[in-house]
Amino acid sequence: MAFTLPSALGARLGKGLAGDAKLIRHARLSGPMPWVIAIMVALTVIAAAAGLALSNAARSAADELSGGVTVQVVEANPVERTRQAAAAAQRLKATPGVIEAHVVSQDEVERLIEPWLGGRVGDDQEIPVPALIDVRLRDAVDGETLGALRRLVRQVAPSARVDAQSGWLKPVFGAIDSLRWLALALVVLLGFALAAAVLLAVRSALGVNRDTIEIVHLLGGTDSQVARIFQRSVGFDAVGGGILGLLIGLVVVFFFGRRFADLGAGLVGGGALHWYDWLVIALVPLAGAILAMITARITVLRALRRML
Amino acid sequence: MTSATDAEIVQFDNVGLRYGTDREVLSDVSFTLFPGSFYFLTGASGAGKTSLLKLLYLAQRPSRGMIRMFGTDAITLPRDRLPGFRRRLGVVFQDFRLVQHLSAYDNVALPLRVAGVAERDLAKPVADMLDWVGLADRMHAQPAQLSGGEQQRVAIARAVIGRPELLIADEPTGNVDPDMAVKLLRLFEALNRLGTTVVVATHDVHLLKKVPDSLIMRLDKGRLSDPTGVLRYPPRPGGPARGGF
Repeated sequence: MAFTLPSALGARLGKGLAGDAKLIRHARLSGPMPWVIAIMVALTVIAAAAGLALSNAARSAADELSGGVTVQVVEANPVERTRQAAAAAQRLKATPGVIEAHVVSQDEVERLIEPWLGGRVGDDQEIPVPALIDVRLRDAVDGETLGALRRLVRQVAPSARVDAQSGWLKPVFGAIDSLRWLALALVVLLGFALAAAVLLAVRSALGVNRDTIEIVHLLGGTDSQVARIFQRSVGFDAVGGGILGLLIGLVVVFFFGRRFADLGAGLVGGGALHWYDWLVIALVPLAGAILAMITARITVLRALRRML
Repeated sequence: MTSATDAEIVQFDNVGLRYGTDREVLSDVSFTLFPGSFYFLTGASGAGKTSLLKLLYLAQRPSRGMIRMFGTDAITLPRDRLPGFRRRLGVVFQDFRLVQHLSAYDNVALPLRVAGVAERDLAKPVADMLDWVGLADRMHAQPAQLSGGEQQRVAIARAVIGRPELLIADEPTGNVDPDMAVKLLRLFEALNRLGTTVVVATHDVHLLKKVPDSLIMRLDKGRLSDPTGVLRYPPRPGGPARGGF
């Protein structure tokens, strides 16, 4: 016979299916699928960025407020109010665990209430404005500390009210927490949607290539070899769609980041993304590609199991 | 029930096959294929030749009976062991079953690629094989661009390139001219001399005469007739008798 045969054929059994790129037609997620993946990844990036920014904002505000206490001296007589405020501040400064206690100036108090009551309210004797003392403690405020501070302050300032600053923002923290869970739920749902889209596309590709797969099987091809072809092709398409989705998502995140930065300080100011947050966001397309590849592999293997 | 030894490449014992709830297309089929033998499977159209071949190349499981291949029970064979068995077979399908979007070269290379042969190692055997079946100048053509006879030759080249232990061919010369038919039979004989067991299904009685040293398996309405007893198990002393036709 004129032809030669590879002598080491048997030794190569079980290795990958070489030259498989063109074996399965439409194994790639042709048509709109890469775009669907791009949209999914973009939405996931936005949801993840929002969730991370909210986490940062909440953490930053909580850190800032956890050791904060506000003392209000509610006294109609301005002379007595000023005296009690000074005495309370003096007592607080001498208390162990208190880092700082300062009486908020009249100008600053007026600036804080100006949006609600208008300018120069302090000049109006008919509307007494309480004196405020901003207190910083070394540790976070708990109920016991707050009670001890109240007793201490009221000894020298009977008109004083003592409140933990974090208590005021409790409803806000609750709302932020809900939004963080919502962002996480969105990321999970988008992951499910991505897997479902890949599953449908792979099933369609399997149907188109059923004859070819049967031939490969009859020639001794394994399920893993066939699955690997789909897995690899889907991976390439998912990475392409994922990178596009990441870029779209980043544009949106930067745009809204700028808009929120323009709002100034406060809670929003603490919502800036750290480098590790950006790393998490950058990993979204990779996670999407891995999810798509795993989905493709499981789908193909389950479908092939029904063939002999 | 008899048991096969490693001396038999295939043993069928009272095998029956039915599709769905229809009547059996194969009934009580019992035979033994010995290594290095050349068999013709004959019978009228609808006699069950293709069904029997499907059982042989493990594309179908029987409804009843026992099948042993290469010394192993092929019916209870776990699914993950099927590819290893199929790689020991070469199959020429009646409808060729070429991959339509691949070239003749890629179709012939497919069994080697499935077996993991590197691209650099398969170029020469594939080119030589295509040259041997007279398609060296058509290696880049896709099946749709080839005539029926050319497609059949590609299918044959694909079946024999891995030098299988058992070659199963369903009407392999149905679409080629008499000269090419003889040439292809010579290829099968050459493989047979190298140790490959060959089973050729055909209804062409003239073909049977071309390989005088062959054994005949005749199917009639799903039943295998074995008037000389050469296909039965255990074999006659000294191995299977030759010159069946």
